[in-house]
Amino acid sequence: MTKYSRRSRAQAPAASNVESSTTLICLVAWAVPGAGHLWQGRVRQGLVFIVTLPLMFATGLWLEGRIFLFDASEPLVALAAVANFGIGLLYVLGRVIDLGSGNAVAATYEYGNSFLIVAGLLNALVVVDAYDVSLGRK
Amino acid sequence: MASHFFLMVLFSCFVSVVFAVLMRDKPEDQIRFGAMLIAAFVLVGVTLGWLMYPFPL
Repeated sequence: MTKYSRRSRAQAPAASNVESSTTLICLVAWAVPGAGHLWQGRVRQGLVFIVTLPLMFATGLWLEGRIFLFDASEPLVALAAVANFGIGLLYVLGRVIDLGSGNAVAATYEYGNSFLIVAGLLNALVVVDAYDVSLGRK
Repeated sequence: MASHFFLMVLFSCFVSVVFAVLMRDKPEDQIRFGAMLIAAFVLVGVTLGWLMYPFPL
């Protein structure tokens, strides 16, 4: 019992370090697509994500899609905003320099929205994968 | 350039690449799985398009 307690106390800081590093990896993976994998030494995967996801997001902007803002009064807009937010700092950058205002009369508007939304959702999957890698599950 | 078909293929390429890299570890498996996903996306898209053809908007 005593041995167990001593071991638990010794393991507590290590577990705390793992938790904080996992949280940091998830934050970085969300902010910059693929950075979580690059950080953990999965260079090839990280490079694929760091090229593909921003390119998909940029394609959505090129197609005159809209980066949605959170609006609780319109549930579908709020859901789209959550999905857009998944792309990380690109969402913030797009809002700051007013790139994703969208053009609702453009023929490609809905295509652009699909590209922007799915890019955010795919990055959310990449963050979950980076989390699994950091815990040694993959 | 921005035809429906081109955009569908472009979309399926992006999604397939990410899924293939997430779900397979070896490069040859990733290429095979990614190609299969792109083919499935395009095939299902075209098939659904034809099935919806008789329906008015």
